[in-house]
Order: sequence, then C-alpha cells, then structure tokens
Amino acid sequence: MSAPPLRVLIGKPGLDGHNRGARVICQALRDAGMEVIYTGIRRSPEQVVEAALTEDVDAIGLSNLSGAHLSLFPRIAALLREAGVGDDVLLFCGGTIPAEDRQPLLDAGYKGVFGPDTPLEEIVRFVRENAGRRDER
Amino acid sequence: MSDARTEYDRLVAKTLQRAPERAPAFTTASGLPRERVHAPAAPDAAWDEQIGWPGLYPFTRGIQPTLYRGRHWTMRQYAGFGSPAETNARFKALLAAGQTGLSVAFDLPTQIGYDSDASIAAGEVGKVGVPISTLDDMEELLDGIPLDEISISMTINSSAAVLLALLVAVARRRGLDPACLRGTTQNDILKEYVARGTFRFPIGPSMRLVTDTFRYCSTALPRWNPISISGYHIREAGSTAPQELAFTFADGIAYVEAARAAGLDVDAFMPQLSFFFAAHSDLLEEVAKFRAARRLWAKIARHRLGAKDPQSWRCRFHVQTGGVTLTARQPENNIIRVALQALSAVLGGCQSLHTNGMDEALALPTEASAVLALRTQQVIAYEAGVADTVDPLGGSFAVEDLTDRVEAEAAALLEKVDAAGGMIAAIEAGLPQRLIQQAAYDHQRAVDSGARVVVGVNRFETGEEAQPAVFRVDPAVEEARATRLAAFRARRDEGRARARLAALEAAANKEGAPLVEAIVDAVLDQVTLGEVMGTLAGVFGEYAGADHY
Repeated sequence: MSAPPLRVLIGKPGLDGHNRGARVICQALRDAGMEVIYTGIRRSPEQVVEAALTEDVDAIGLSNLSGAHLSLFPRIAALLREAGVGDDVLLFCGGTIPAEDRQPLLDAGYKGVFGPDTPLEEIVRFVRENAGRRDER
Repeated sequence: MSDARTEYDRLVAKTLQRAPERAPAFTTASGLPRERVHAPAAPDAAWDEQIGWPGLYPFTRGIQPTLYRGRHWTMRQYAGFGSPAETNARFKALLAAGQTGLSVAFDLPTQIGYDSDASIAAGEVGKVGVPISTLDDMEELLDGIPLDEISISMTINSSAAVLLALLVAVARRRGLDPACLRGTTQNDILKEYVARGTFRFPIGPSMRLVTDTFRYCSTALPRWNPISISGYHIREAGSTAPQELAFTFADGIAYVEAARAAGLDVDAFMPQLSFFFAAHSDLLEEVAKFRAARRLWAKIARHRLGAKDPQSWRCRFHVQTGGVTLTARQPENNIIRVALQALSAVLGGCQSLHTNGMDEALALPTEASAVLALRTQQVIAYEAGVADTVDPLGGSFAVEDLTDRVEAEAAALLEKVDAAGGMIAAIEAGLPQRLIQQAAYDHQRAVDSGARVVVGVNRFETGEEAQPAVFRVDPAVEEARATRLAAFRARRDEGRARARLAALEAAANKEGAPLVEAIVDAVLDQVTLGEVMGTLAGVFGEYAGADHY
C-alpha cells in the first residue's frame, strides 16, 4: 500500500496581504500529490497554530512579505512547542527575507528559509525529503 | 485636412495660450526638428475613430494635446517607514533630489485601521510604511511640506476616509482652505478583496464609504482625486496585462454605478477619477496596454456609463514599475528592468510615475537606491528625448496591433465579469481571484522550466553572490509609538472625543448619512484612527470573506 499523502499547512500570519507566493506554493504542493490546507491571509500566530493542530499536518510553511518575519515566525515556533508539537512536524518559511535573517529563523526551528526567485520544484523536493517521518521512527 | 486634425490644432492653440510648452521649439540631439505629434498625411476615418489625436476622444494617444511638451509627468516616489519624523526626512530628501510630488506609504496597521499600540499591530508597526494614528502624527509627517504647492498621493484604502480627514484637518490647522489640496487617496477597496488584502469592512459599507468620499471631494476638494482605481496590485498578484485592465475597469464600473445609485451625477465626480497601472518589462506590450486603457475607458465612460463631459472620459493614470519583476539575485539587473519599465510608462503617456529601488525584492529601498530610481526618471525626462513628441510610437504597426489585441482581450474579460453579475458578484464568487491565481502559477511554471527567461535567475546565473546591505526599520519604533499614543490620549479632552465618536456612530447607523464630515470633526478633536475605524467596524462589521485557495 502506498503511504498516505503528506499534509501541509500554508500559513499567512500577520497583517500582510501578499498571497501570491503562498497560493502558488499551495498549488505546486497539491500538484505534487500533497494535501494542502491554506489559512488565508491575516491570521494571528494563535490561529495558525490552532489550524496546524486541528489539521494534524506533517509540515507547516509560513509566508510573510511585510518585514514582520522575525517577530511572527519565532513566535509561532514557540507556540507550537508549547502546544506539544515536536520536531516531527517540519517548519519552513519564505518571503522577502534578507540574508542576515536566515540564521535566526533556522535557530528558531525553521528547517528551510526560502527567498524570492526560489523554483517551486526546490520547495516541493524539500518538503518531500524532510516531512512526514513520524511513522518511521 | 480631416475634421479631427482641425479640432486637434484648435485644441493645441487653446492649450498653448493657457500653458506654454517647455521650449519654444524642440530639436533632437543633432539639431533636427522634433514634431509635436506624427500622423498620416491623410488620416482616414478609422484612424480618427480608433487612434485619433492626443487630447481628443478616444484618447488613445494621450489625455492632453501637448502632453510632456507642456510639463513632464509627476515624479512621485512611494515612501514611508519607521515613524512620521523619519518619513518626513525621507520626503524632504526626495524633494531635494528633484522629486515633484509625494506618495505616502502607510504601515499595515494604519492601512487596516489600527493604532500603533493595538495588540494586533505587533511586529508590523512602521515596517512597510509610516504609522499614522493621530492628528499629531499627520502634522509631523507633513511638517514643512507646502500643502498648497505639492500634490500628495496616499496609498490608503479601507481607512482612506480617515487619512483624508487627517489631511483636511492639517490644512485647516494651518489656516489653508482644504480646496487647495491636490493629490489622491487610493481608496480602491474592491481590489483589496481581489488582490491586496487590506480590507476591513464588508463590501456594502465599504462601497458606501467610497461613494461618500466622491460626494465630499466633488464639492469640498475639487482638485483632489478621491480614488485611484488600481490594476497595479492585480498585476502584482499575477494577472496578465489584459486582465489588469479588465478587472480595473470592472472595479471602475462598479464604483460609478454605486455612486450613481447613491444619487450622484456621473459628470459631477467622474472627472476626478484616476487610475493606477503597473509597468512590466515587455516594453511594447506595456506601451500598448497604456494606450488600450485610455481607449477602452473612454468608450466605457461615454457609452456605457453615459458621461457627457469629455473630462469624464479621460483615463488619467499613475504608473509604478513592477515589484514582482525585481529579482533578489544579481540585484543590479533591477536597475535596467526599472529603466525599461519606466520608459514604457512614458511612451505610454502616464501622468505620474514611481520607479522601484533595485533592492526591493528583499526590503524597503535604502535612500541611495530610492534616489537612483528617481534619477532613472530624470534621465528619461531630460536626456532620452522621448518626452518631446506626444505618443511617439503611435502608428507603429506593432504597437497599434498590440493595442487592438490588448483592448479586445480586456473587453472580452469584461463581458465575463458582466455575465457573472458584475464585479462585486464576481469577487464574491472568486472569479477574478481564480483567473489571477492561474496566471500567477502559469508564470512561475514558465520561469521554473526556463520557457520564460529571467536574467540572473534561470539564465546567466553566477552562483552565490553577496547581497547588498538592505534597509532596516528601527525595532525600537513600536515601543516609542505606544508611549507617544498613551501621552496623546492622556492630553486630550476625553468628553469631546467620546461625543465625536458617538456622532460618528449615529451617522454610520443611518444609511446614506454623510460620514467624511463626521470623521473630520472627530480627528480635529483628537480621536485616533483606530477609534474611528473601531467605531465604524462596530456598526458595519468586519469582512470575513475568504482567501481560500
């Protein structure tokens, strides 16, 4: 029997309304056979975490283009840990993120930080290779 | 000589009496004469009807007979960040560098109607624009800016009426008649639901606020553009050029119909409508798009909306170079992209122009890159010679053919929107959103496959490169704003502020009652933006619509 499809939450926390990237990535992951849940724009960190718990996802990808990534993304990672979500859920993020902000996001638990110009295939491959190892341990 | 040519010559003569051209005669770099406009020696009826003459219906060739020979487009760089004082300093630097108009970028809390100290604003204060919560903030933002001389454009939508009221209040406190104010509130709420996301209220009451600003401006602020109907963000979200025009004009039709339903005469407000488009890198298609935009809107305004005044037929527009075309890799290449895009806007006859900074794929522009972007416009205006002939590409087989094709495809899309019951029904059904999403996805797939070349990204790559130093907003700004707001509220006459909010609430509850005047009164009595918007949300509700993929 083939493995069940990966479940991925794509979240837009904060007040930023730029959803082009998030929606294009939703479509790419879905075309790659994954189940994708999209939060829609302008969700609070708490709403993103609640959606992740309700949907029992294997991976969470966040997008922000307003420059608020350093306050929003680490906060969501912390809330997930508080809610008991462990390292078995893959965190990744993207947006207009300057190079010097990558390390703080990696330190906060994001395994992938994707900037502008990233090919869709690179993100699909990253999710496929790094998510959904819950049953393998 | 054709009747249209005679009419054009008469219009030029009339215009020159009022506004002489920049030079008594224009010549090329080699001293050859430069004509005002070129046309066939014997234009036929089809030429006069479809292409015509600058300043005459259907305005394919421009909205004015002499265009940039009279005055260059307004060079208007979008700017705002950190605090009102920091943004004021950037404005002054841009004006000192030769910018000719202001364009205010507000932060997201301000755009959605929250004060800087609201919990929902955390992390977003001062990030993508300037935070404005109070009359004090607005006065600081505009300190030393002569409001009766410089036009001001404000990218503000759901809270547009509040920012307009704050500007009127600043003018009044300076002893100016607000009728002297020139500029634009973007105030295009429909595209927020489609593409940009700073909506606050449901569509119905949002449309009421928009039409109320039309009413207010048609008498109190006759030189103000109460709206800038925007295709820019639709294009940024992924649309094609014809989709950009179609959805923009579908929004425009919805506003005019709403204002007419609210009892306004179309010719009383339509001359004050303005538009906003993107300029991307396909130079000839973009030039064609701008020309098609003028022709299509003129036809819609005259024949569909029934406007009688030729001023109501003119599609006046601002252009911004395409943010999504900027690349993070090899960022210097963006300078070239911006120059080509700006050139298309000028060849296409825009009224004002913003050129993006080379570093904007990653952050707000540094002052140096904002000034370089302005210099790009100045080189086009003063060195390239393209501003000395009106519609210099008019009559080109390639450009005329593309103009016809862009117009035809946009018109066909407009029919689709009509078949869906008009733009508001189409937005509620997700029709434009779906088409834009598909175009965005197709574009990304084409870039990924290499079918569409992006220099430095999927062709001519150089591997790892050093990133330029990017602009950063001071993280201390959020706390400083909270302290400032607390002091502001402690200082004011609380009873007066409460009474103004109660009056605003009563007006909001009464369908058709004027709102802008009540908001002006409120902000003059130190009511904050967040309080005005919160009170309106209490009556109107919050938009809970979907952005579901």
